[in-house]
Amino acid sequence: MYKDALTGILEGGGKAMLDRRKFLMFGAAGAGALLLRPGSAQAATKIKSSARIVIAGAGAAGLAAASHLAQQLDGAKITLIDARKEHFYQPGFTLVAAGIKSSPYVVSTTREYVPGGVELVEERVVEFDPDGNKVVTESGKPYPYDFLIVATGLKLDYEAIPGMDVEQIGNNGLGSIYHSPAKAEATWRAMSNFADNGGVGVFLRPGTEMKCAGAPLKYTFITDDHLRRRGNRGKAEIIYNAHNKALFSVPIVHEKVRMLFDERGVKVNYERVLESIDIGKKLAVFKTPIGPVELQYDFINVIPPMRAPDSVRNSPLPWQEGGWAKDGWIEVDKHNLRHKRYDNVFAVGDVAGVPKGKTAASVKWQVPVAVDHLVASIAGKESAAVYNGYTSCPLITRLGQAMLIEFDYKDNLTPSFPGVIAPLEELWISWVMKTMALKPTYISMLRGRA
Amino acid sequence: MKELDPLVFLAVFQEMLGPLLWLMILVIIAGTAAFVALLIKERTINSRRLVLAELAGLLGGVMALVLMAKVSSSGFTDAGGPADWFLIALVFGLGLAGTAILVYTFLGWRKPLAQ
Repeated sequence: MYKDALTGILEGGGKAMLDRRKFLMFGAAGAGALLLRPGSAQAATKIKSSARIVIAGAGAAGLAAASHLAQQLDGAKITLIDARKEHFYQPGFTLVAAGIKSSPYVVSTTREYVPGGVELVEERVVEFDPDGNKVVTESGKPYPYDFLIVATGLKLDYEAIPGMDVEQIGNNGLGSIYHSPAKAEATWRAMSNFADNGGVGVFLRPGTEMKCAGAPLKYTFITDDHLRRRGNRGKAEIIYNAHNKALFSVPIVHEKVRMLFDERGVKVNYERVLESIDIGKKLAVFKTPIGPVELQYDFINVIPPMRAPDSVRNSPLPWQEGGWAKDGWIEVDKHNLRHKRYDNVFAVGDVAGVPKGKTAASVKWQVPVAVDHLVASIAGKESAAVYNGYTSCPLITRLGQAMLIEFDYKDNLTPSFPGVIAPLEELWISWVMKTMALKPTYISMLRGRA
Repeated sequence: MKELDPLVFLAVFQEMLGPLLWLMILVIIAGTAAFVALLIKERTINSRRLVLAELAGLLGGVMALVLMAKVSSSGFTDAGGPADWFLIALVFGLGLAGTAILVYTFLGWRKPLAQ
């Protein structure tokens, strides 16, 4: 839409000044100059290799890894394996469910981001055999590898909630943003209906690790704001159910969100995990330290438990003990994403068993580190690249404002613009970044340019 | 965003605007060049033309803010702190200066001063 607007303005104002051919020449020269710098730098360092590299999963992490590898290796056989033809821009799901964007905003195709020289196999990996150095797809075809990058993402385990029916999302006050672009849009309809009528809004997060732990909080804030804008906040009660004793894993952020919830009249329950749901009766049952507690709702945003996909869980790749073993997150070194037991295996993105973020920002900083270590192995060198757990979360606190929260493994805040964009302040500029700059940055990341 | 690389910014803006990015850069470069050429040719600043250009610039600044609000799905009550006021001033200022320079240049070349 803004492109149209801009085109209109530019065409209206400056058409006479433009010689089309000159423009094209300039564009080509500019593009050439753009490609030249990173291109020539990399051409000098491009490593010749005949290594077979398999990337399982072509989501954000898989595509970014493929782009980085293709830029740095010459002659390697890189195979991306993923059955899904559509690509989802997941950070946009919240905006769809907030009524800010419609679902096409978050949907594109996997193929358009696959770099030249990389083969895309449109199948699902069903078996990982790291001892035999191969993966097997659902058609039974084996793909042997010298290096494997696991980027399968995770499984939204709706089946683990008795009574839940994903077909009903959007009906009867049942929302669930994470499921898909269509269900995010359906959730917006259900939430908008709630904002018109009021009642009890129930919000929660799962007891497992999850993608973007800020999203459940954002959606609570957004619902509160829609109610206020329609003058119906007084007719509604909003209840947020935290899975443990904190609203956010970073203590200083927890405190800030606690204060904001208090200010907005959001009631908070701690140590409550959704156990089952009765969609017909609009009744949610939570597991608590004092036994099951029932909550009647008019609107609920269900966020299911999240686990590694079955193919990963049934393989030797996950952690063998500790908190991450149960859900099958892959046992990697948190600073370089290399598997702790299989030297030639890396895991990036949601499936990696590391603390903190499962976000696009994590992917952005994990992938170059993992790829650097992989390429160093090919070249017979050691890589000094380190991933410190950096991730970021533009935590929307109302429509038009967000807190740009960035942090690392140590729970330190790591602001990109210290002194300018305060991390714990509700700012329009952070909202502008979320709505305008984040998607182009994300797409650049997929293409290996950011 | 641990390190800020100008090339990353370029990649992001290219992704955001597509071919429009090059069009905008072209307008900026051509407009500035034509403005400088005009100044060199005339060796003076025409005050009547400047005032007209500045008035148009005010409108340009407002237009820039309206466009910004539209593409970022924002309202006009969203500013929350100094960084926001800075951004608003920046957007308004760029719209103002850009429009003023373009209008001044356009008028100057269309209607040269009587020698």
